[in-house]
Amino acid sequence: MFLGGQNLRGVLGLLPEVALVAVGVTVLMICGEFDLSVGSVFALMPMTMAVLMVAGWSFWLAVGAGLIVCVAIGLVNGWVTIQFNIPSFITTLGMMFMARSLTVVISGGFPPRLDPAAVPSWLFVGFVGPGGLIRASFLWFLAIAAVVTLLLAKTNLGNWIRATGGFLPAAQAMGIPTARVKIACFVLCSVLAGFAGMLQVLRLGSPLPSIGIGMELQAVAAAVIGGTSLFGGIGSVIGGIIGALLIRVIDNGMVLSQVDSNWFQFAVGALTILAVVGNAWLRKRGRAMKVET
Amino acid sequence: MDGTFDSPAAEPLISVRDLHKWYSGVHALKGVSLDVAPREALGLVGDNGAGKSTLISILSGLVRPDEGEIRVEGRPVVMRNPRDAMELGIETIYQYNSMVPIMSIARNVFIGREPLKWSLGGIGWLDERRMRADSVKAIADVDLHLRSPDALVGELSGGQRQGVAIARAMHFRSKVMILDEPTNHLSVKETAKVIGFVRSLKAQGVTSIFISHNLHHVFACCDRIVAMSLGQVVLDKPMGETSMEEVQDLL
Repeated sequence: MFLGGQNLRGVLGLLPEVALVAVGVTVLMICGEFDLSVGSVFALMPMTMAVLMVAGWSFWLAVGAGLIVCVAIGLVNGWVTIQFNIPSFITTLGMMFMARSLTVVISGGFPPRLDPAAVPSWLFVGFVGPGGLIRASFLWFLAIAAVVTLLLAKTNLGNWIRATGGFLPAAQAMGIPTARVKIACFVLCSVLAGFAGMLQVLRLGSPLPSIGIGMELQAVAAAVIGGTSLFGGIGSVIGGIIGALLIRVIDNGMVLSQVDSNWFQFAVGALTILAVVGNAWLRKRGRAMKVET
Repeated sequence: MDGTFDSPAAEPLISVRDLHKWYSGVHALKGVSLDVAPREALGLVGDNGAGKSTLISILSGLVRPDEGEIRVEGRPVVMRNPRDAMELGIETIYQYNSMVPIMSIARNVFIGREPLKWSLGGIGWLDERRMRADSVKAIADVDLHLRSPDALVGELSGGQRQGVAIARAMHFRSKVMILDEPTNHLSVKETAKVIGFVRSLKAQGVTSIFISHNLHHVFACCDRIVAMSLGQVVLDKPMGETSMEEVQDLL
């Protein structure tokens, strides 16, 4: 059943959207910060795009404008957090409300309709591959995830991100521009969330102001399930993706096995706690196994 | 070298004149002047709040002075951040602050100065093979023996971490090494090892500024001692002309 074409198609359609948000949140958490505004940005970016298209803008210009809004939100999140030395938890909590409110305001109360003829849906959500099993969004996700993974693991910027989140005083003392590194991570996180929201809206055909609610915490859960530390420095993109995948599979498995869907949140919560406890236990075991250096 | 070799004192490597610093109303440095000669091992002592940390933060580029002048090799310099200081050859080693525990030794050695295979606008691909090979060599050069450059710094002892920090500074050919309380919280054996590192710096032509509030450690490895109290230099003598008692009385 789970491997049935129709079901897999459903899971693989939704996964890129959730996983892209989780990728951004994971990188930001490795850098030592949080972003609770991703769920709202997820809705605001496509809403901006749709409203502009209704106003007569071309698709690509509207997408550009939507992404610029995401960049601006990331910049504000990062700048306020660093300039005023506020926990990003608070900054982005505020941004979560503000961006959600903006989404509703610009929608004018009822969602604008996307003109199918003006949108190159095939490029983002069209079915590709054998039996139409996967959508183009999955390929976008794979490409972006690969780039971010390499960025984090193989470049000097990745080294700086890990050092900034791992131990800020050392990163500063070694001359890493930690403020700029953090702001770059905030921007990346916002842009990925907005892009993911756009994928969802293109898949559904119409932007709803309520999409992405609760996604910020699911993304944090995905990162944590994948082994990202809440204290920064530790974690991996692939871990965040696996976390997102697990959450999707749980959700789907519960639907298929006809368990009351209200248990979904319970399962995600339990898995998150289990993952953190398991991680702490493994780390303790690792230390106990330490041999002479 | 430029005709001054007949004068007894060479040109100072670092020269600080009339440095002032206020922290939210507190006058932390009150006109500090100091010359550090090339290849000298200078011991900087003082009680907590004497201003030595402030002076060191200024020399390592973390803090900017409110007044005063800093010259490096005779040229006036402005250091806006730690990067500027490092480029002038001034490297600071802190008790806690110079290593990221969750990262490998090789990555820590090159933090902020990673060798790149290619880059675009300052961001580029790490040359990991070179990072490993060079960090192994740098660590062996300071006579430290570690299992692997891929081990996490968090797994090392305090003394080993200081050794890696010193190896890093040596690798980047620093001219001046500032050691901020490097022997705090170290075992007796590890303290001896760190003092050995500091002694060996002189032989390798590196100038060092060694900060400690343990006079025994300072007297064990320095040529000259500078004592600070309440934001001012209260004693500045070659080691032979002073004694632990005299310094103790001033602090």
